[in-house]
Amino acid sequence: MEPNYLSTPRGLKSWLTTVDHKRIGVMYLASILFAFFLGGVFAILIRIELLTPGRTIMSAETYNRVFTLHGAIMIFLFIIPSIPASLGNFVLPLMLGAKDVAFPRLNLASYYIYVAGALLAVGAMVTGGVDTGWTFYTPYSTTTNSSVGLMTLAAFVLGFSSIFTGINFIATIHKLRAPGMSWFKMPLFAWGIYATAIIQVLATPVLGITLLLILMERVFSIGIFNPQLGGDPILFQHFFWFYSHPAVYIMILPGMAIISEVIPVFSRKTIFGYKAIAYSSIAIAAVSFLVWGHHMFVSGQSQLANAIFSFLTFLVAIPSGVKVFNWIATMYKGSISLEAPMLYAISFLLLFAIGGLTGLFLGALAVDVHLHDTYFVVAHFHFVMMGGTVMAFLAGLHYWWPKMFGRTYSEKWARVAAALIFVGFNVTFLSQFVLGSRGMPRRYYNYLDQFQPLHVFSTVGSWILALGFFIMAGYLWVSLRKPCDAPANPWGAVGLEWQTGSPPPEHNFEHVPLVTHGPYDYSQPVSEPEEVQA
Amino acid sequence: MSVAAEPFLQHHFTTAEQQADAGKIGMWLFLVTEILLFGGLFVGFAIMQGLHPEAFLQAHRHLDRTLGFINTVVLLSSSYTMVMAVWSAQNERRKRLIVYLLLTIAFAGVFLGIKYIEYSHKFHEGLLPGRFYHHAGDTVPGQFMFFSFYFMMTGLHGLHILGGIVAISWVLRRAIRGDFSHKYYTPVDLVGLYWHLVDVIWIYLFPLLYLIK
Amino acid sequence: MNAWIRSIIMPAQGTAYAGQVDGLWLFLIWVTVFFFLLVAGLVTYFVFKYRRRGPNDRTPNITHHTGLEVAWTLIPLALVILIFFWGFRSYMEAQVSPAGALEIQVTAKKWVWQFEYPDGTRSINELHVPLGKPVKLVMTSEDVIHSFFVPTFRLKQDVVPGVYTQLWFQASEPGVHRLLCTQYCGRGHSDMGGKIFVDNEKKYSDWLENGGDAGKNMPLAQLGALLYQSHGCQTCHSLDGTRGEGPSFKGVFGHEVKLSDGKSVLADENYVRESILLPQAKIVAGFGPIMPTFQGMLREREIQALIEFVKEQK
Repeated sequence: MEPNYLSTPRGLKSWLTTVDHKRIGVMYLASILFAFFLGGVFAILIRIELLTPGRTIMSAETYNRVFTLHGAIMIFLFIIPSIPASLGNFVLPLMLGAKDVAFPRLNLASYYIYVAGALLAVGAMVTGGVDTGWTFYTPYSTTTNSSVGLMTLAAFVLGFSSIFTGINFIATIHKLRAPGMSWFKMPLFAWGIYATAIIQVLATPVLGITLLLILMERVFSIGIFNPQLGGDPILFQHFFWFYSHPAVYIMILPGMAIISEVIPVFSRKTIFGYKAIAYSSIAIAAVSFLVWGHHMFVSGQSQLANAIFSFLTFLVAIPSGVKVFNWIATMYKGSISLEAPMLYAISFLLLFAIGGLTGLFLGALAVDVHLHDTYFVVAHFHFVMMGGTVMAFLAGLHYWWPKMFGRTYSEKWARVAAALIFVGFNVTFLSQFVLGSRGMPRRYYNYLDQFQPLHVFSTVGSWILALGFFIMAGYLWVSLRKPCDAPANPWGAVGLEWQTGSPPPEHNFEHVPLVTHGPYDYSQPVSEPEEVQA
Repeated sequence: MSVAAEPFLQHHFTTAEQQADAGKIGMWLFLVTEILLFGGLFVGFAIMQGLHPEAFLQAHRHLDRTLGFINTVVLLSSSYTMVMAVWSAQNERRKRLIVYLLLTIAFAGVFLGIKYIEYSHKFHEGLLPGRFYHHAGDTVPGQFMFFSFYFMMTGLHGLHILGGIVAISWVLRRAIRGDFSHKYYTPVDLVGLYWHLVDVIWIYLFPLLYLIK
Repeated sequence: MNAWIRSIIMPAQGTAYAGQVDGLWLFLIWVTVFFFLLVAGLVTYFVFKYRRRGPNDRTPNITHHTGLEVAWTLIPLALVILIFFWGFRSYMEAQVSPAGALEIQVTAKKWVWQFEYPDGTRSINELHVPLGKPVKLVMTSEDVIHSFFVPTFRLKQDVVPGVYTQLWFQASEPGVHRLLCTQYCGRGHSDMGGKIFVDNEKKYSDWLENGGDAGKNMPLAQLGALLYQSHGCQTCHSLDGTRGEGPSFKGVFGHEVKLSDGKSVLADENYVRESILLPQAKIVAGFGPIMPTFQGMLREREIQALIEFVKEQK
């Protein structure tokens, strides 16, 4: 095999001090997959505990820590960094025809900051965990004696990792596109990453200050959120959700960005509505900052605020719908092939549709009053975060795997895993819509007997999901142990990342590519990489 | 391309201009995050002041307006010397660059010194944040809340001044080494931008904390 | 069809308002079904109809269609605006209580609901309301944020320390409705439940008169066991020896109890009575002074019942 970014330079030190975006992407990938595994273990434990109404395998105090850690790990250590830091880091410069991101050293710093935050989170776990829920509502979070300080510090540190990634990507997209690649010749993946980065830069600092305020409240009793000292506990919710709502678009926009890449390739057809999709990404990012109050409809917030937030929430749904229709239209009269990336993309379309549609229930004030803080909400966000983002992440992982590692994986086992994951996911979470509708609150250790059958059903689903992921881990591991066997362009895709080796050489391209056509031009059959000259 | 023609050009950029532009974008984005970070504290302060106007009014009388004013002048001066440093770098006046950078650090040091004096006074009087507040003889309760914010905001700002001193010292070291020329002075430029933001934040902090009516 | 959907998904309707909410809810379900079938249907159909036939398939270069973009932007927009107004109108009905509604004070505390009626009657975890009359709850918390949720009324309101929040309803069927805390509040969050009794006029005034003595003819220990559950004792005091926020009742009665000030006291009838009415008077060693008082909330016979119940825990 030719020398490539994996093989040269050699040695552990060269990896630990690398500023190569591809290596950093791989290190991030390993880390976030580990975080996903850890968060998943906590999820399995939650579902086992919920097999029976009373105590099953743990006490209430332990359960409260387990669900908090599940949420905190999945959100801060897995999903927020997931696509941008791993796949984004690897692929973005390649697809822009660049040799690296704008600030390679900042990129490495970003990774080490992530590791530092992760270690702090582990510290919080081993010193007894946190029992506040990942949302840290006051006054509970400022008065409970679990390891809130360490966990908020961890999230604070992780926020910087996210901010630096965002800064890096914005500068990269502005200044490092190959000659000829105008904004509207850029792949839609870049548009999605760009919109995500805007949110990362603008929203995350507010989370930073919010976490700092919790810390100050705990250490100094500064009083801002404490009603006994003249503060306002609901102010915390405003501060918290001002970040955490845009954060969910940090989670979904990169997923949508991957779908925009995968569907054209596996339909061998140009994307339908390129500009609509690009503008939708920016619209989603902008409006996402205006809807945070929909998490607070029953908080005691004014009716006027509720009305405004409800209205804006419905507006933010429209661009997402536009994207879904454009993706389906891309498939129309295409030449569709159902390899693993496409299977996951189709899963995304179906599951994100449900997730998004159930968001309508939660945006409607009268109905939200009933459904708020029940399992309906839990089901909704798992459908969009897992049925959406994770499925898209898996689509991207399987799509770019041969490019990243130069190796193919077993398509047969990939399909088995995809089927198990799709089925397992639905069994786990569809039942939760019913649970919530019937009045089962979230974060409940104990529950009324009548809810048990649905809980058991959901738990069995989680085992099917877990099996699917274990199989995936298996065939991906086997793939890495093989010698390199992937061609430069295994999918017959258009796009600059496919015009270089699998895996790519250390400096990405031998010569700076010159871009003369759009990123989804399937008017000619695509075979071997074209020779490109500076 | 020779090193002399394109100094400090990193391998993934094709021209020095592209690299400098990218750096500018990066620094501006970073400054935006800083504005949002402090913005959160400003919003929190405004809301708490709205809830406890009397307490905040009383509490702020303990602040020394003269010292605050001097510090404002000091920081504005440091911004001036920073601008001159950037100009010097761009115009290849190495000695002046070094002098202006040193002056900027000196002004920053004075700022921190005055802050130290102010903090000492607060400690002495028991005007501390949150539950450590133990000032005697208050007629209006709840003044600890003001000092919670006073210390958080000036403390965070002070940390940024400190960080700025470190950054300027690093630029100073590179200036002494002769790294900068009219073709390459981006680090001076970008640290300058950061420094101006730290100044601007103080321009908002000073009236907000010291000059409430 | 709608009735079938309602029976699977929705709780019973305890008020006319619940029926209103269900109307919108059902509409949303149909909208969801429609759009999901549209998406799934098209995707499935395309996957079959346009499956790849060979390596040299050619596809048409269809880049966009402005008319479609406008259509699938404006039609969903109109739909969501409709949903917004419908949801908002319904919501406002539940927000504005009619004049003259019966006001009941609610105080939430980890992990019980305390109710106080206009005539001074107090109850814990069970709320009694008259049938067919508007009732307004004025609520606050003594510690952290809780949330008052009645699924059959389709109503929920956070209960916040330091402020008063409100909820109003008019029950339309006699019966019992579940109350659940639905803002995470710590260890006893999922035990912080209650019951809402909707009584006809006679039963309601009877209840206020007598404090609603359900256990009038019940043997004392049995009544005690009932009260142990309904008044929240179980959230802190176990019966099997497990240590909770408060000491277990197992084997306590008739033995010496070590107190936090170093003294010892015999756990007799007086001790149990004092613990219920003046819980801060004697604190068992190793525990904190956090038990709320039940002064004024238990009838004499109920206190006797609890004493008998504790006696039984050997």
